[in-house]
Amino acid sequence: MSADVARVAFPADWRVRAGWLALAAYIVYATSLLEFTYARFMVGLGNGARFIARMLPPNFERWETLLKGLTESVEIAILASALGIVISLPIGLLAARNLMPPWVTWPTRLLIALCRSFHPVIVAIVFVKAIGFGALSGIAALTVASIGFAGKLFAEAIEEISLKQVEAVRATGASFMNVIFYGVLPQVFGRFLGFSTYQLDSNLRNSTMVGIVGAGGIGGALFAAFQRFDYDFVCAMLLSIILLIFAGEIIANKVRAIFVERTRVDEE
Amino acid sequence: MDNTAALSIRNLDKEYVRGRPVLRGINLDFPGSGFTAIIGPSGTGKSTLIRCINRLVEPTAGSIIFEGRDLVLLPRRELRLARRQIGMVFQEYNLVERLTVMENLLSGRLGYVAAWKAWLRRFPQTDIDDAFGLLDVVGLGGFANQRADSLSGGQRQRVGIARAVMQRPRLILADEPTSSLDPKTSVEIMTLLRDLGRAKNVPVIVNMHDVELARRFADRVIGMSGGAVVYDGAPAGLADDQLRSIYGGEDWLQ
Amino acid sequence: MNAATLEEKVWRRFTPAQRLARFAVYLGLVTAIVVSIQTIEVIPEFLLDAPEQMADLLRRMWPVAFSYYPKGVHEALIETLHIATLGTIISVVIAFPIGLAAAHNIVPNRLLNHIARLLLVSSRSVNSLVWALLFVAVFGPGALAGTLAIAFRSVGFVGKLVGEAVEEANRGTIEALEASGAPWLSALTFGYWPQIQPAFWSVVLFRWDINVRESAVLGLVGAGGIGMALDTAMNLFQWDRVAMVLLAIFTVVIVAEIVVTAIRQRIL
Repeated sequence: MSADVARVAFPADWRVRAGWLALAAYIVYATSLLEFTYARFMVGLGNGARFIARMLPPNFERWETLLKGLTESVEIAILASALGIVISLPIGLLAARNLMPPWVTWPTRLLIALCRSFHPVIVAIVFVKAIGFGALSGIAALTVASIGFAGKLFAEAIEEISLKQVEAVRATGASFMNVIFYGVLPQVFGRFLGFSTYQLDSNLRNSTMVGIVGAGGIGGALFAAFQRFDYDFVCAMLLSIILLIFAGEIIANKVRAIFVERTRVDEE
Repeated sequence: MDNTAALSIRNLDKEYVRGRPVLRGINLDFPGSGFTAIIGPSGTGKSTLIRCINRLVEPTAGSIIFEGRDLVLLPRRELRLARRQIGMVFQEYNLVERLTVMENLLSGRLGYVAAWKAWLRRFPQTDIDDAFGLLDVVGLGGFANQRADSLSGGQRQRVGIARAVMQRPRLILADEPTSSLDPKTSVEIMTLLRDLGRAKNVPVIVNMHDVELARRFADRVIGMSGGAVVYDGAPAGLADDQLRSIYGGEDWLQ
Repeated sequence: MNAATLEEKVWRRFTPAQRLARFAVYLGLVTAIVVSIQTIEVIPEFLLDAPEQMADLLRRMWPVAFSYYPKGVHEALIETLHIATLGTIISVVIAFPIGLAAAHNIVPNRLLNHIARLLLVSSRSVNSLVWALLFVAVFGPGALAGTLAIAFRSVGFVGKLVGEAVEEANRGTIEALEASGAPWLSALTFGYWPQIQPAFWSVVLFRWDINVRESAVLGLVGAGGIGMALDTAMNLFQWDRVAMVLLAIFTVVIVAEIVVTAIRQRIL
């Protein structure tokens, strides 16, 4: 009997058990905070059914509003990506700890962290309050977001380069810019391109949302339609947005294929 | 060529960590031509010495007179201009791997080309002609548009040498150029270095740990031990007891 | 390669077809930017005014209203964390079966694989703000809508990565188990789970980090959390309080990132 007790094939790890128990307790506690009752669930189900019924079929009657919003979203995404990436290139370089001294990288990294911490829509609402409604605020907000993400990825890519190659170019007496162009850029170009198309993709998604707080694009019309209970128009807009994002992804893949020879772009 | 030294190293010291010198009081003169091998065991400061010459490593004290000017005292911009005169070949080739062979060769001209022209790959036609000529010389005639990372080790080192020669240098430094290569390729690479040095009438300074290779190719051998020069003379004069003082012990001689 | 054999020894970096494709991309890019600049509706006065307005806003944000934290921010901040955490947990519960169904080596049925993939793609294509708007319409405003929005948006992300991790799992271990006659579920828990466990936790933590950021914005459409505090303070133009809320978000996001990075380094 006593020998049986000692030989257990799967000894119970009390820490793992305590972990699962804590998780279960947390779920119960957090769920209770949501004020989720059976009655609310049933009302919700009814609402949901009505909601879906009113969404279908999608209503494309106001296609002009829809198209105008979508176009503006695309334009916001393009301009914000272009601006954001152009600013991110030097920022990424300044934040790379293998090429720059700490007194340069620290403030730059703080700036990048600041840009990355806030959801683009939060940045957008700040810009809307500061410089007014419209696409300009959307562009500004998404530019900030691009600096946060592209800048960080650029810096990381530069930090992973081989310094031997840089040293060899430096030893030829090349100027600082030429060292960057021939020693650094070729090593990171493929990844930069990947990050940039990824950023364009991400900006496209968010540019359809910043309109919710008045920063231009189709989001404004979407939010208005929600508030007016025009759910069939909402449905039409959502379908168009999804289609647009798919198209954007396909184009991004094509561009990557043209520029990146023989090696795969590192997926992020 | 005149008889005064092209390169004079005077009282060169280097300490990476204060109080622990890697090089101590190096004094050497190199004439305007000839093939010099620096030999010695690993960690004796050969590499540091080579890298101090073009200041990839900053010397702690001493002077390096190259064509009448002390490189140690040069400000960064002047140093850059001086580096254009000094070609360098590296142990691990240090090619920019994602660039083509041709781009790697032309990067030897980067000290002379404005940034925007370099960016657009607009190099002077003379440079491009030179590069094609050199590719034929190093036996890589058809490889111009191949990417550097698709080459074998020996091919890469040929590109590395061609890049150094592209600079039209007044001095070529080579830091363990054959240590990552097999014996047969090593001989080919050393032959190439010696022949190109002679053809262009440029002094070549190579550091290596293979004594036989040094004996076979060098006009002059410098033996280093413990951060100091312990032998400096013709390869023929390099007797066993000298080697013993360089490498220590004698088991390896048999 | 044949460039070197040409008589005139012209050096070209790319083949004509490559150069044409690259040129087309550059042209398309420049055209897109120029057209966007020309057609986007930006009010020139706003643009000229923007730097001054931003400076003015920053001045009004100072000094930060720290005293507002206990009564107006703390509770909302905790609610945001609950939304992110509970949303992540729910998404894992939903994503796991869908992710497994998308993996061909677990469910050898092409039709089921495709249906599962479609579900995952739709989850990812709809922005969390849109999910929030939908759930606010169904269940009314509050943290419940926010939690479900985070959960539904994350399903696609978690499910895709779980599916990929399972498909990459080593077949040998599983074959050994199947050869011993182990039933399907045992093969899953003893064969696959230990292999995908590190990737799984890493994905979950990564998504939680993203969700902390995303849940901060949901309050702007009434789905609970700190976004509501932000919205209130902004509507009342209490900029020192806005600054307090932004500072709180920044701190939580940075801390979350540091925690996640530390844990991921330990488990990977």
